[in-house]
Amino acid sequence: MRREMRRREAQSCCPDLAVLGVDPSRDARLFEPVAAAVEELVVGVEVVRPGVVAVPAAGAVSYFGSEHELVERMVDHVSGRTELECQVGIADGLFTAVLAARRGVVVEPGTAARFLDPLPIIELASAMPMEDNGELVDLLRRLGLRTLGQFAELSERTVSSRFGRVGMIAHRLAHGLSERPIDRRPPPEELAVVETFDPPLDRVDAAAFVAKTLAKKLHAELGQRDLACTRLSIYAVTETGEELARTWRCAEPVNEGGIADRVRWQFNSWLRAAPADGLASGPNSGVVKLRLRPEELVDASKLQLGLWRSGGGDDEADERAGRALVRVQGMLGQTAVSTPVLVGGRGPGERVRLVPWGDPRDDVDERPWPGKLPAPSPATVFTEQVEITVVDSRGRPIAVTERSQLTRPPRRIEMTGRSARQVIGWAGPWPVDERWWDPRGDGVRARVQVVVDQGDALLLQFRAHTQPRWIIEGEYT
Amino acid sequence: MMSVRSLMVPDDTDSFDDADNTVARLASLPGLNTASGMAVDAAGATAVGKLLPVVPELTDVLPHRGLRRGSTVSVIGSRLLVLSLLSEATARGSWAAVVGMPDLGVVAAAELGVEVSRLALVPAPGAELVPAVAALLDGLDLVVVGRGVNGRTARQLSARARHRGAVLISAGAWPGVDVELRCEGGRWSGLGTSGHGFLSEREVTVHTSGRGSAVRPVTARLLAPGAAGRLARPGETESEPMLEAG
Repeated sequence: MRREMRRREAQSCCPDLAVLGVDPSRDARLFEPVAAAVEELVVGVEVVRPGVVAVPAAGAVSYFGSEHELVERMVDHVSGRTELECQVGIADGLFTAVLAARRGVVVEPGTAARFLDPLPIIELASAMPMEDNGELVDLLRRLGLRTLGQFAELSERTVSSRFGRVGMIAHRLAHGLSERPIDRRPPPEELAVVETFDPPLDRVDAAAFVAKTLAKKLHAELGQRDLACTRLSIYAVTETGEELARTWRCAEPVNEGGIADRVRWQFNSWLRAAPADGLASGPNSGVVKLRLRPEELVDASKLQLGLWRSGGGDDEADERAGRALVRVQGMLGQTAVSTPVLVGGRGPGERVRLVPWGDPRDDVDERPWPGKLPAPSPATVFTEQVEITVVDSRGRPIAVTERSQLTRPPRRIEMTGRSARQVIGWAGPWPVDERWWDPRGDGVRARVQVVVDQGDALLLQFRAHTQPRWIIEGEYT
Repeated sequence: MMSVRSLMVPDDTDSFDDADNTVARLASLPGLNTASGMAVDAAGATAVGKLLPVVPELTDVLPHRGLRRGSTVSVIGSRLLVLSLLSEATARGSWAAVVGMPDLGVVAAAELGVEVSRLALVPAPGAELVPAVAALLDGLDLVVVGRGVNGRTARQLSARARHRGAVLISAGAWPGVDVELRCEGGRWSGLGTSGHGFLSEREVTVHTSGRGSAVRPVTARLLAPGAAGRLARPGETESEPMLEAG
């Protein structure tokens, strides 16, 4: 399995796969112990994204004696601390290093281009800026450029005139150069924003709020100078004088929301890191001082701004509602408050994904989905499975065949502990054509709509696995 | 009411029904009040009395042709009706929350016209139901409570809604409501007796009752759901274009 794989594809090569939604905040939280473990060994750790850290190797290599020694120590140390396996690679430039890490190799200085030469062009996709949406890699592939080497052979001028800025970045990467020309001028110290807290900050929801205001301040500060940030350091001082620091490296200049997200993720992981883990990362008291310092700056023209907000909401109402929802999250926990996003799916429950408040929402997926039931949808979708028995006119249980036919027309529904209901009308079955290949799935499945006496309409689902059974999936009133 | 009528522009004064519509439309504008709304305003809360808009099918059912801010509404017998009360307001920028309803059909809500990106769900508030609802009433325009509470707590939450100018909607009975909508189910259509077709429409009867002089008992018939899952008036099935051609 690889990143960027389609869900269906991934499930077909690994049917036991559990599919989880995208949640960078959770990822950051889980990844923090790894970053902390690496930091114990070498200085200058930068989190590229949850899952990848970058460290400058030169100093560490001379300290540990050889590159081989460093890699070995790092793998040992991370697995000792976190019980996770990590892969390490050393190369010139971040992009090459990430690819080297995936293969667990050390690329000698100056040989990056040779290392990259035979690799498939698709490797570029993960390093491209967001604005590109993977279009460039797809285009290059269709143009017949299958390896990074073939792309690197094109002249810089040709690439620039045909593919623009995005193409230039990709071309630099394919050459084994870093995505931005190195500019080692450190940003002036006065650009950092500092906030002190009294009483100390020790709750995640409060931190999320602070993150937003600090991000706004830093963003405004940078905006005035026509700059945008590509690397951000977050420093925190706790009540007991402990100092925490973490640097985030971003693939592209971050805007206000991006800064706030990173501060929130970092806070999340600091506050939730249990002291019992024996990691030096978690503060054992509240945070009294927070400082955001841009580590690397670029021209602000590279920052993409949303020109208009989606939807027709008015800002003040959104702000007010947001505050109320954050307060409720403070009472009940972060995942207790969510907004729904409609996604593709066949059943009424599968067409909804709940996104915890504060996490980014994707757009509504309006592409057609074959096999979904026509509107109206049930107003009640049961979260627990209500098992029932569906029988025909002579009281014999009925089922759905492998050819998606009902064995006999349904006449009565029997529920344990409740009186039986007569079926007045019914429609279906709609076969649920998914995961029938999975031996541990539900086998043949189908949905049937019924109207029972007293006018209630129900959505029933049949599952043929091990013992055939019916459940009530939803109610229409 | 009459004082507002005199504000009307002359070109849409055809019938009394139109006038009523105009009042509702004017009253839903920010900063404009009906006479009855003004009277409530004078009593204290500033935001109370303004209307949150509802879909046209529900204007006849509700006493002020909309949801009056600060009021408590209970809906008995139909979850679709609860959701359809949210649709117009959320589509126009208001926020709504649904508390204590883990089995809510969000797809049905979307089909009724609810803007789900402004719909917050708190499915399992547990013991914190009351503080959570109170906090939501502070910041959101509409809060739906899916679980019954005792009489004293109910009155506290209603008072909170009145104070904050939000609308509290209860799915089920609620002591001391301003407006109660009771829905009685009718016949479903679209479904055959031998497996063909699919559920499409259901005609229901909605009885409105409540306290206060503004609420007179009304009985109306609606299609809930109507075509494509939206709310509709009965007999309003789309006229075939070929009839016009003939």
